[in-house]
Amino acid sequence: MTTQPGDTAPDQVARLLALVPYLLARGEVRLDDAAAHFGTDAEQIERDLRLLFMTGVSPGLPGDLIEVDLEALEGDRIIRVDNADYLARPVRFSPAEATSLVVALRTMVESAPEEARDVIQRTLAKLEDAAGQDGQGLLRLHVSPTPLESSAVVPVLESALAHGHQVEISYHVPSRDQESRRIVDPRGLARVEDLLYLDAWCHTAAGDRAFRVDRILAARELDTAVADPGARARDLTGGWFTDAETTTVTLRLGPPARWVIEYYQVTAQRPGPDGTVEVDLEVASEQWAQSLLFRLAPHAELLAPSDYADTFTSAARATLSLYGADGVDSP
Amino acid sequence: MAQPRAERLMNLHILLLGAKRFIGKDAIREACYADHPRGPAGDEAFERAFERDKDALRQIGAVIEVGSADVFFDDEIGYRIPSEQTSLPEIRFESDEAAVLGLAAQVWQQATLAKATTRALAKLKGQGVEIDPSRLEVVAPAITADEPAFEPLWDAVGKRRQVTFPYQRASESGPTIRRVQPWGLARSSGRWYVVGFDVDRGAERVFRLSRIVGPVRGVGKSGAYDVPAGTDVRELARRLSPSFPSVRAEIRVRQGTGIGLRRRAESVTPLDDHAGWDRLVVEGPVNELSDEVLTYGADVVVESPPALRADVVTRLRAVAGGRR
Repeated sequence: MTTQPGDTAPDQVARLLALVPYLLARGEVRLDDAAAHFGTDAEQIERDLRLLFMTGVSPGLPGDLIEVDLEALEGDRIIRVDNADYLARPVRFSPAEATSLVVALRTMVESAPEEARDVIQRTLAKLEDAAGQDGQGLLRLHVSPTPLESSAVVPVLESALAHGHQVEISYHVPSRDQESRRIVDPRGLARVEDLLYLDAWCHTAAGDRAFRVDRILAARELDTAVADPGARARDLTGGWFTDAETTTVTLRLGPPARWVIEYYQVTAQRPGPDGTVEVDLEVASEQWAQSLLFRLAPHAELLAPSDYADTFTSAARATLSLYGADGVDSP
Repeated sequence: MAQPRAERLMNLHILLLGAKRFIGKDAIREACYADHPRGPAGDEAFERAFERDKDALRQIGAVIEVGSADVFFDDEIGYRIPSEQTSLPEIRFESDEAAVLGLAAQVWQQATLAKATTRALAKLKGQGVEIDPSRLEVVAPAITADEPAFEPLWDAVGKRRQVTFPYQRASESGPTIRRVQPWGLARSSGRWYVVGFDVDRGAERVFRLSRIVGPVRGVGKSGAYDVPAGTDVRELARRLSPSFPSVRAEIRVRQGTGIGLRRRAESVTPLDDHAGWDRLVVEGPVNELSDEVLTYGADVVVESPPALRADVVTRLRAVAGGRR
């Protein structure tokens, strides 16, 4: 069956079987209080109660029907339900319900900050108990959230975007392996390939910047409004990498390193020998180029500039020497 | 006017709930399905409606027992819902625990699971639990399931019903139709996998949902198979998926560097015998870890496992040149 976002008959019955125990335990409840408690509106509760009014032990036999005081409901907006003692307890969790809730909490435990884990574990233990011994009442579903899924950053950015507020972010710059603090005016979130980016005006750099959201270590929404609320998000799918001064680097890529062409701003490409491709790449720092060469090793050869090549070779030797005897070829 | 289905479901639930004896199909039909006239067409409509309604009540959480409705003859099938087994055990929550429950409601970004969570919470609210997520300063993870195959597979897992679907493996030119008894679903590295028994291959298999390239169709009856006891879908997905296998690696990282690795490390321990270095434990597939470790150049050294260390050394030798 496909997803039905609309209200189905089983949905309404499920709601009623949860509502009635609450009402019976209290005897008399204000319509608006009941709506607030269940996080719904008074109209829906009223509709549900009108259905309840039509049901009972032996349908069609007066006296056995569930009694709903409609006068009190319509007049004083007060709910009184009677003759429904057999519905005094909610129905236990179905396997799908128990699973959805338990897995949500298990996922929260994995991603929650240290100080919140204890309370989540306690809540989880109680629910696992209710689901039956050894999880018998649970279906098999497991989630290991990615850092981005469990990140506190996305909701903060979304909220700041909705309010037109500035954000303070702390950003990890891998090319320098540094963390920097910046105040930005967020313009939009965009997904490019597998990655999520924040497009923003960066006050620290005084320029447009695209930040990879998975490299934003922390974000805090500020009270201050963005400087130019009308600014629209740029199209990040094109080449937006060239904000800084760059150097042209020429690489010869073997087949396993070809993905570079799709991922980075390649300004020119030519076929090379033996199925390789030679590409020109604009890079903002030598350190970044070196990191890329390490990552691609040994499937990328640096053709130019030559001083980059020398630095890289000695960096590779220095790294290899850290492996002691393992790193030395036998004679 | 036809009776609304919700009304009929309520009456059916109430009729069967706490019944001392199994109630025969005929009696049920008389009490709750009066608008289905006797006769071949009406009989069939009744059977269909009754099957659907039982299914709906089970999904709400009711336990429906089936037994003989006649003391002397066992040819009339009857039904009842035992009160004790069908009632939610009383659970008490502290106010901070109730706040956690409210947050849990925000985790699922998938319609069916979000609805199931809402229903579960409504039952707790029915017990009087006050749920207020605003009291807790924690951000709930947001888990999506956009793949069209998720919904029908989740449904099949719940029903234990066999499915077929066209599956495109990366190494093959076209999709093949697979027949699978799904045991469960697992999400890892932002991808959904279904784990189950591949009927044609006669073995456990794992499938990536994004590679299911057509409709997932249920075949045959519900409850058609049992999931082997102790099945761990996470472990199976990890073991069977070619894109894993994941290893735990011990690496040495120069202090003040390797921020990306530090962020996801299981542990970070300063080293007494190597001043200025920390030992990190990180997890990941060997090839991905090897790429990542190399990116940091001389700031990161692999200590174990040997396979990862050997891979990194081989790659470094290939680019270091000379020294022969």
